[in-house]
Amino acid sequence: MLTLLLILIPLISGFILLFTGSKNARQIALVLSLIEFGFALFALNILKSSATESLSYSIPWIPSMGISFHLGMDGISMLMVLLSTLLMPLIIYSSFNKRYSNSHNLYALMFIMQSAMVGSFTAMDGFLFYIFWEVSLIPIFFIILMWGGENRQKTTFKFFIYTLFGSLFMLLALIYLYLHTSTHSFDIQALYAAGRSLSLTEQGLIMGAFFLAFAIKMPIFPFHTWQPSTYVAAPTPGVMLLGGVMSKMATYGLIRWVLPMVPDGVQEYGYLIISLSVVSIIYASCIAIIQKDFKYLIAYASIAHMGLISAGIFAANMQSLQGSMVEMLSHGINTVGLFFVYDIIYKRMHTSEMSKLGGIRGVESRFAFMFFIIVLSNVALPFTNGFIGEFLLILGVFQTNMLAASFAGLSIILGAVYMLRAYQKMMLGETNSLTSHFPKLEKQELITLSIIVILIVVMGVYPKPILDITESSIQTLLKGIQ
Amino acid sequence: MEQLVKLIPLFPLISFAIIALMNRRLSKPQAAIIACLGVLLSFIDSAVIFQSQLQSFHPVEVKVFDWIIAGNFNASFSFLVDPLSSIFLMVITGVGFLIHLFSVGYMKDDDGMRRFFAYLNLFIFFMLVLVLGNNFLVMFIGWEGVGFCSFMLIGFWYKDNKNNDAAKKAFVMNRIGDLGFLIAMCLIFFNFGSLNYSTLFSPGFLADSSVSTETLTLITFCLFVGAMGKSAQIPLYTWLPDAMAGPTPVSALIHAATMVTAGIYMVARTNIMFSLTPDTMTLVVIIGIATALLGAVIGLFQNDIKKVLAYSTVSQLGLMFVALGVGAYTAAVFHVVTHAFFKALLFLGSGSVIHAMSGEQDIRHMGGLKKKLPITYLTFLIGTLAISGIPPLAGFFSKDQILSEAFAHNKILFALGLLVSLMTAFYMFRLFFLTFHGSFRGTQDQEHHLHESPLNMTLPLIVLAICAVFAGFVGVPHVIGEGLGIHNLFESYLAPVLGSSSSHIEASIEWMLMGLTTALIVAVILYARHLFVSKNSVPESDLQMQAGFKKIAYNKFFVDEFYNKVFTQPLDKLSLFLEKGVDVPLVDGLVRGIGKLTQSLASITRKIQTGNTGYYAIVFVFAILLLFIFFI
Repeated sequence: MLTLLLILIPLISGFILLFTGSKNARQIALVLSLIEFGFALFALNILKSSATESLSYSIPWIPSMGISFHLGMDGISMLMVLLSTLLMPLIIYSSFNKRYSNSHNLYALMFIMQSAMVGSFTAMDGFLFYIFWEVSLIPIFFIILMWGGENRQKTTFKFFIYTLFGSLFMLLALIYLYLHTSTHSFDIQALYAAGRSLSLTEQGLIMGAFFLAFAIKMPIFPFHTWQPSTYVAAPTPGVMLLGGVMSKMATYGLIRWVLPMVPDGVQEYGYLIISLSVVSIIYASCIAIIQKDFKYLIAYASIAHMGLISAGIFAANMQSLQGSMVEMLSHGINTVGLFFVYDIIYKRMHTSEMSKLGGIRGVESRFAFMFFIIVLSNVALPFTNGFIGEFLLILGVFQTNMLAASFAGLSIILGAVYMLRAYQKMMLGETNSLTSHFPKLEKQELITLSIIVILIVVMGVYPKPILDITESSIQTLLKGIQ
Repeated sequence: MEQLVKLIPLFPLISFAIIALMNRRLSKPQAAIIACLGVLLSFIDSAVIFQSQLQSFHPVEVKVFDWIIAGNFNASFSFLVDPLSSIFLMVITGVGFLIHLFSVGYMKDDDGMRRFFAYLNLFIFFMLVLVLGNNFLVMFIGWEGVGFCSFMLIGFWYKDNKNNDAAKKAFVMNRIGDLGFLIAMCLIFFNFGSLNYSTLFSPGFLADSSVSTETLTLITFCLFVGAMGKSAQIPLYTWLPDAMAGPTPVSALIHAATMVTAGIYMVARTNIMFSLTPDTMTLVVIIGIATALLGAVIGLFQNDIKKVLAYSTVSQLGLMFVALGVGAYTAAVFHVVTHAFFKALLFLGSGSVIHAMSGEQDIRHMGGLKKKLPITYLTFLIGTLAISGIPPLAGFFSKDQILSEAFAHNKILFALGLLVSLMTAFYMFRLFFLTFHGSFRGTQDQEHHLHESPLNMTLPLIVLAICAVFAGFVGVPHVIGEGLGIHNLFESYLAPVLGSSSSHIEASIEWMLMGLTTALIVAVILYARHLFVSKNSVPESDLQMQAGFKKIAYNKFFVDEFYNKVFTQPLDKLSLFLEKGVDVPLVDGLVRGIGKLTQSLASITRKIQTGNTGYYAIVFVFAILLLFIFFI
């Protein structure tokens, strides 16, 4: 029941906001998002006391087709729900001193998106997952279309069609699996059983079909070309949701819907995806090095990080999966942080072209300091959350594929190159006529950044509570595979 | 006891936190006091620990908290105190405190003084974590942490992009080494299932395991790659000379006394593994001696006071690796300790000189500072004598131990080591004479401004000078010690961790080597005196420099230019190619192509939909006809 509430609260919040008008929309939105976060923490508490049945909810939906409205939560879902419910208030708060026209509609759409994302993280029915997966696309489509920057029509169209194209393969795979279930059901366990009974080739194909959908959404090379332009066109809250939370739907999907469904296929063909992921890491890191615009740099850096997560998932061992879970959370937080930094700079300087900036550290050192911590987390320095994930990922991938892990490790060098280069260009050196008038940070901006920085350091120094959330679920999952 | 261990890194961390959080609310002297106090308390604490380890060998393991646990991987944040870490603790906090004290005077006019002390404290914290760690992962925290602090402090004056470039270079080059470290950790966990020293280095564990020598060699090789980065060895050494862009106390603390010796600590800590892999050991020797030679040769021709010292550090670190490579771990650690004293002394001395010269670093513009800076002069002389290896100063004992171990291992190695020592004596005295003797060659303005540094800067110099004189006596070699009834305390203290040296050469030969080395060094010093004092010669200016070996060496063999051509530029080109040659035209081109294809298909099929009823009727009839034909 609680799980259902977690989906309903944002949905209702969305509808409330549609009617409030834009005057106090942001405050109302913040309160509503905090309520949702509170419920998520409550769910976490229940999960810890291992009364997981109460987090499960199931009613028949389309019985003739074996579709039920089945929700449930284990540690893996929990962490993802935490990610989306934690980031939502942060994203809303970060938008506080920016005036969006009809902001209540913006927030409403964001809540509807959150509802769909929480749905996809908790759906235990293949059809239901698919519905949530597709529904989540609609609000972000409108968010970018209505509040986006230059070229938004063209970009959103490409984004929408591209992801829809990928989803189609997932739908086909789901139907194929459905036809192979003994009871004709979309229930997750039935689908698992059906998937595992398939031949190796079939499993490989199913894996490929799912992967296509998820690889586009993450995105990784070579399915990423919609992403940089979409990130650039999207308004900041939209791109935070897109890069921070929505991309994790894909990696979550791999863990929930691919690994246990076609374990033999993963065993046999997983190395192909690991290789592709590693190529993606290096490819995106290299391109990030020469980016001139900070927002593009964040976009490519994101592709590199998602590649590592994807490689870790297909390495399918305890370290790599735990690493991918932590990294999903960290990447979500850090991405929101980086986009917020971008927003702070762009709002003041009206440009995010790095060569036009410089010397900001001398003008606003607190901002520079906090930005630098986010940078450090992105280059995976120990005692930041970025390190925990990347270390476990590399350690885990190494046990499955030494060569791939060693190449993936190059990202710690390349990451340092592009991140420090960017930081230096924007923050260090002498000020110029533009940056010498860099206005001080406002209180709300300082608070938002502080929260992000604290999360980065606390998670980096003491990651155990986070690791504990998913530990047993990952163990169960791995047991099911072997 | 356990609480005491936990407190060691906690003190500087607290100082860091206070200064970082209070920032402008603290006055500069307050910040300085807090910073110095943090390190001083840590030093006292370390001394207590050191003392307790002195009485008997009893390693103490302290678990602070669980850090990363995933399945069978378990790395807690825990500390290990044994003789090896206690010695490093003493050096880090002791020399660290003196350098903090020196910085109070050196940085007092700098706007960023609070920031400076905050970073310095944070550095001490990470350095302590590095040597205290009880598993590889905790060492890695310190390892990366000191790299980060080094980055912040090299680029301390961030308005000048030259400093920022140097900082970035240091970080990235270190990261290349760190990847080696990371892969080594993966290999160790993969093969042994643990990263804890207590498991890995428990007696017989490695030898009994079924892991092949090839794998072990790969592990030690990867570890050594990490050490190459941090301890500035060929090919990853070029960042260290550039790192001199940071304030001079930073060069003394991080880039001479402590951080750069982390690589030596790491090899010493994992000595059991290294001893099992002779191939890696050979590589360590080769890299070490090559770096020692290269650093010394470049040092001969440098004119920047800090650059000379930087290349000297590179060279001395190379000698330490030679010691490690021949299995003389104690000798290497001994040299780390004595080197920390005299190199910190020399760097701080150069800081005092630069301070007096209003920022001038070129020794061609100095000279005759002897009278104006008497304390700096005297302490600098002691440092120079110590690094040259004149008995009975500290440098003599540690360098002698390395050379005799090298001799026992391989005569050519000894000869090369001797050559390094001779060049060291030469370039150091060249530096010394050009700076302090002769007549002043700077501007009148500079001459007018010349002054000895205040007491809080000269006091650290004096203390370090005393250490540079006497520290050697803790490691008196057996041949000398036997007659005088002095025991080699250093060796017996470390023996439980590092073992004692296996190679012994005959006493008569050892005496002879000692005599020969010392005589040659004295000769070199006299030659330097002849050149730079009697003949008063001064290195020519950059413009006059003739082509040839001298110019090539002065330009550091163009290694930076080479790296730039072979690594940096191609990486940029590759990146550009990937974006403009692959991403846009091919990957996205395909996507756009599919889009276009759909559109054109649509425009063809659209033509069928004419809206003409008659046309539809005809198509309808034909279609039915076709179906009939098909089914009959």
